[in-house]
Amino acid sequence: MSQTAALPATFADETSPAERVRGYWGTVGYRLRHDPVTLFFGAIVLLIVLMAIFAPLLAPFDPYKESVVLRLKPWGYRGHTLGTDELGRDLLSRLIYGARSSLLMGLVPVAIATFLGGTLGVIGGYAGRRVNAVIMRTMDVFYAFPSVLLAVAISGAMGGGMVNGMTALALVFIPAMCRVAETATAQVRSLDFIEAARATGAGTLTIVRYHVLGNVLGPVFIYASSLVSVSILLASGLSFLGLGVKPPTPDWGLMLSTLRQSIYVVPLSCALPGAAIFVTSICFNLVSDGIRSAMDVRL
Amino acid sequence: MLAYIMRRMLLAIPIAFGVSVVCFSLVYLAPGDPLSVILPADATQEMVAQIRHAYGFDRPLPVQYLFWLGHVLTGDFGMSIATRRPVILEVTGALSNTFMLTSFAVPLAFGLGYAMGALAGCFPGRAVDRLVTGAAVVGVSLPNYWLGIVLVIIFAVEFMALPATGMGPKGSAQFSLLRWSDAQYMILPVVTLALIPVGIIARTTRAAVAEVLNLDFVTTLRAKGLSEIAVIRHVLKNSAPQVLAVMGLQFGYLMGGSILIETVFTWPGSGFMLSKAIINRDIPVLQGTILFLSMIFVATNLVVDLLQSMIDPRIRRS
Repeated sequence: MSQTAALPATFADETSPAERVRGYWGTVGYRLRHDPVTLFFGAIVLLIVLMAIFAPLLAPFDPYKESVVLRLKPWGYRGHTLGTDELGRDLLSRLIYGARSSLLMGLVPVAIATFLGGTLGVIGGYAGRRVNAVIMRTMDVFYAFPSVLLAVAISGAMGGGMVNGMTALALVFIPAMCRVAETATAQVRSLDFIEAARATGAGTLTIVRYHVLGNVLGPVFIYASSLVSVSILLASGLSFLGLGVKPPTPDWGLMLSTLRQSIYVVPLSCALPGAAIFVTSICFNLVSDGIRSAMDVRL
Repeated sequence: MLAYIMRRMLLAIPIAFGVSVVCFSLVYLAPGDPLSVILPADATQEMVAQIRHAYGFDRPLPVQYLFWLGHVLTGDFGMSIATRRPVILEVTGALSNTFMLTSFAVPLAFGLGYAMGALAGCFPGRAVDRLVTGAAVVGVSLPNYWLGIVLVIIFAVEFMALPATGMGPKGSAQFSLLRWSDAQYMILPVVTLALIPVGIIARTTRAAVAEVLNLDFVTTLRAKGLSEIAVIRHVLKNSAPQVLAVMGLQFGYLMGGSILIETVFTWPGSGFMLSKAIINRDIPVLQGTILFLSMIFVATNLVVDLLQSMIDPRIRRS
């Protein structure tokens, strides 16, 4: 019964008494299945992921094949649906392949930051006192930098490249992730059931593993999902500045920066890679909003 | 109040210290020997040791840091590798160009965002509310430098109404805000820069206003017969601290976002200089610019905290 109490009244009324008991994840799944906006944008995210995986099958041309005579051709020129870029490479193929690096730079830094930042946050939140002070005050320092500036500073000093870019982005996200995990852990730590678990003889590891993580992973996961779109935006910005993906790898941010030189020749093509970044980022954002409201226990 | 100001300023010192440590260590993040840019290619072993000693690179790191800090505090940020000019002159010159943009972009962004948010908060669920919520999602998902490129395509390439890039026909040295031929170069960068934070500020303002509108004291004000405009005035004042906090953060994002936007518009500000320094691997300029910009951000956060406590005395007591 305690599970149904968490559901909105309308859900409980519509279901028959036999189905009424639905676990937390059942509720989350139910809400997601009945949220058309999240489903729609989730489908687009899935399409973009599939496009990245099956890029070799989908791309009509080799994205690396240059041609002197085919430079900066308009849309529809000799089978090049979206024309060609400044080196005569097929733009549509490069856009399709570009999804790979964008998704990689969007997901990998967030995954690293979730693991490292989350771990640090749980340690800080559970240990309290001095350990907490050391971890959190260090994180405060990184909070004093605007995120774009910190990402540019770190990858600018380390030099460009995809790995350095992902490292820089992970470092940018760790403090925020750590703060989310720390807050959630500190809230749980002082609750009675932790005290009860300790009274029954559970060790620190057991308590953290079974009682703390169960309550911390939710908020951490929700926050991580909202970071993906930020990471995609920042990564494309780094590539735009020449700090992320190196040419000739097809990447949306990099394509924006090279096509920009030909803005008076092919203005429409010039805007395309940015549109791809925008669509990907807004879809991830809306899916993240959907997951957030589906996982909200207060609703 | 004075005690609070003092305490808050003391708390900013360790943060500023940490920021300086991070900026200092940027040099050591760079691959290879930090000396490799100064050394001639055919330097002998003794020459390397000599220069290493002259620059203090043979001492322990904490000593090197204190050395560096001493120089920085007296305004010596080293020399730019690309231009051979003192970094401090380069940075201050570029910062003044950035401030020219932000001094227009910040009031525009904050005014527009606040007005939109307040309007949406007063009419929750109405069309204006939906518009603001939608604008906020678009705002956080939009690559702002792409927005700049799109604006250039529309207004400079297609309509040829505004100049695309640069800072005036005669360059930044003779730029004057009072001449239209110069001032028109500012329009696109200012608009692009201002559009970054509008969505988030509007969303925060909306949430804060809607929250305060639901409080009991609003009912009391209405019950005693206060006009709706006067009630809204009370509501806006009570929602101000939350809005201010977000505006402080957004000011930082705006400064950070200027890196990309100044690059798009080749506006010779601190952001453009930073991206040039990255291309030239000019680490002293990179370090100096980052230090300046982040210190501005730290100072902004301090000012926001103090303003918040001035508006809402409850913050001071906690």
